[in-house]
Amino acid sequence: MHLYKLNHIRQLESESIHIMREVAAQFENPVLMFSGGKDSITMARLAQKAFWPGNIPFPFLHVDTGHNFPETIEFRDQLMDELGVELIVAHVQDMIDEGKVKAPKGPNPSRNKLQIPTLLNALEEHGFDAAFGGARRDEEKARAKERFFSHRDEFGQWDPKNQRPELWNLYNGKKNHGEHFRVFPLSNWTEMDVWQYIAAEQIDIPSLYLAHERQVVQREGTYLAKSDYITLTEDEEYETKQVRFRTIGDMTCTGAFASDATTLPQVIEEVASARITERGNRTDDKKAEAAMEERKKQGYF
Amino acid sequence: MSNNDTEAQKYLDMDMLRFTTAGSVDDGKSTLIGRLLYDSKSIFDDQMEKIEESSRKKGDEYTNLALLTDGLSAEREQGITIDVAYRYFSTPNRKFIIADTPGHVQYTRNMVTGASTANLAVILVDARNGVIEQTCRHSFIASLLGIKHVVLCVNKMDLVDYSEERFKEIREEFKTFSSKLDVPDIHYIPISALYGDNVVDKSDNMPWYGGSTLLYTLENVQVDSDYNHVDSRFPVQWVNRPQSTEYPDYRGYSGQVAGGVFKPGDEVIALPSGFTSTIDTINTFEAEQEEAFSPMSVTMTLEDDIDISRGDMLAKPDNQPTVGQDIDMMVCWLNKEPLDPSGKYAIKHTTKEARCIIKDVKYKVNINTLHRVEGDKEIGLNDIGRIKIRTTKPLFYDAYKRNRKTGSIILIDEYTNETVGAGMIL
Repeated sequence: MHLYKLNHIRQLESESIHIMREVAAQFENPVLMFSGGKDSITMARLAQKAFWPGNIPFPFLHVDTGHNFPETIEFRDQLMDELGVELIVAHVQDMIDEGKVKAPKGPNPSRNKLQIPTLLNALEEHGFDAAFGGARRDEEKARAKERFFSHRDEFGQWDPKNQRPELWNLYNGKKNHGEHFRVFPLSNWTEMDVWQYIAAEQIDIPSLYLAHERQVVQREGTYLAKSDYITLTEDEEYETKQVRFRTIGDMTCTGAFASDATTLPQVIEEVASARITERGNRTDDKKAEAAMEERKKQGYF
Repeated sequence: MSNNDTEAQKYLDMDMLRFTTAGSVDDGKSTLIGRLLYDSKSIFDDQMEKIEESSRKKGDEYTNLALLTDGLSAEREQGITIDVAYRYFSTPNRKFIIADTPGHVQYTRNMVTGASTANLAVILVDARNGVIEQTCRHSFIASLLGIKHVVLCVNKMDLVDYSEERFKEIREEFKTFSSKLDVPDIHYIPISALYGDNVVDKSDNMPWYGGSTLLYTLENVQVDSDYNHVDSRFPVQWVNRPQSTEYPDYRGYSGQVAGGVFKPGDEVIALPSGFTSTIDTINTFEAEQEEAFSPMSVTMTLEDDIDISRGDMLAKPDNQPTVGQDIDMMVCWLNKEPLDPSGKYAIKHTTKEARCIIKDVKYKVNINTLHRVEGDKEIGLNDIGRIKIRTTKPLFYDAYKRNRKTGSIILIDEYTNETVGAGMIL
């Protein structure tokens, strides 16, 4: 007998495509939040698939802290060209210059927190009513309870205790004026799923994910890349190491680790045997056990 | 290199099982999930360090695996699980998605949510307490939501001296109750989540138990036939018209197959118009497909230009869904504001949006005894009842028992926009 069977990765893909089409149909003005990381690159591919042979019917939005890796920006611009989508860049620096937020100081001046008002400002300014995010539920405890369609009030806040129940594959995107939704098509993917998909689909990724030589400083148990945004303390110095990044965020808070994985299959092997979570190298999550939940409530990605 | 290829292929070829877990407070559900994750090596060192530290701070005697799943700070303070949390792990053959749902009475809506996408339910009972009201409630919900496989885990066997007699008693109790349910496949496993007996590894403490461990059961239960591959249903989600120089006249219908099988050359009928046509191509980004079945997301083109839009459905002329506006269903109420017996609600069914008016509340179900409650027709939060609605537009539906995708409906409050009811068409 002929078996009608879809393997797990195709099931996940189909679910994500379904969600993207649902958003395009239910909302007037959606946008895809693009960071240049592997998850948003995967979302870009899924969006391409969902609407092929048509074009992706929404723009991409990048919240630029000004502390990005140059490799990320270069990769981003190239991909946008290939996909033919409009890219909107919201600059944290503009928010600082306009006096809407204050720049942090110190040896790790993380602009992570400043992404929240910058993002909310951009969503409001452009009137976006749904924003795709690449967050996955396996990333962090607070994210495990996130819905696919996550309602945000007019302040952009998430109320984890009062989420709408989400049943079957019926997604309720109804909202009042001024409110918006965050939508997470990759909710059910794990880090491993994303990597295996990137490999199977032969999707290009920024070189930062592969092992390379770089000047780094060891801080709080992780390596931070040399950049203009980091100030060394007296007893610190840069050293050259063969490293790679497991996530890509701000240069000031995304830690690298020593690695010899220079190809995608090697990266996958490394992920498979890794003993710490991918966010384990993010100093922004380390600040408190409930750090992520707090940021999410305020409107973080 | 070739070795790497096969490894990667194996990973991609894994199948998937979605299951939900239910138990009442203190049945050890979070501990069980923590145990599954821990023993299947899905826990990372930094996660483990964090919970070891938290356990120490709280003065626990042993590392509390439950802390792995209690995600929100309010939950950590109260030591209970409030919301559905999704967890992931995999073994070489299968990927698992766990919908971990809280057990308290007031959070039944979360169990319904978790169960709505699950193939299997793991229901926990405390070996000391046996089958209690909540066990019945959870089993009934699993059955109502169309879950075909239930694993009853009798937990805390360590606290009843691993007694075979006690296990058998509970098994008989549950058998009696479950004969009233519609669950064809039930497994019984005596475990201790705390010490790991029969979770991943077979227990030395219960040599009398000849059955499988929980993980083995989860890995081997067959769920492929749970999808409907008989009745062809394709709810149109998105009309794809690129109007580009490369595809000037392309007109495709995108959606996720909700049942049956579609092939190029098949004759199809479009609802509600009733026009028929033939499938020309079935497209995905990578290739033209020879067939499409549930749950594939595809785009179809037809040989004739007929008017089809979002919310319409393609089916086969000789096997059509019911088309109607007067619909009988079981509803689970999810909101603090009770169902208004003559109220109007927005609804979503497949890709269709409409409105409905409640025509009748037939009865409410006492979900602990499964008896109909006559006289009391107020359907409040966590209640389950049978109602009749009339919709503003015809729906194309099947009975929920026959097809979860074309038989499910959500009711939405038109003022608050909240999802207030989960409906299963009879």
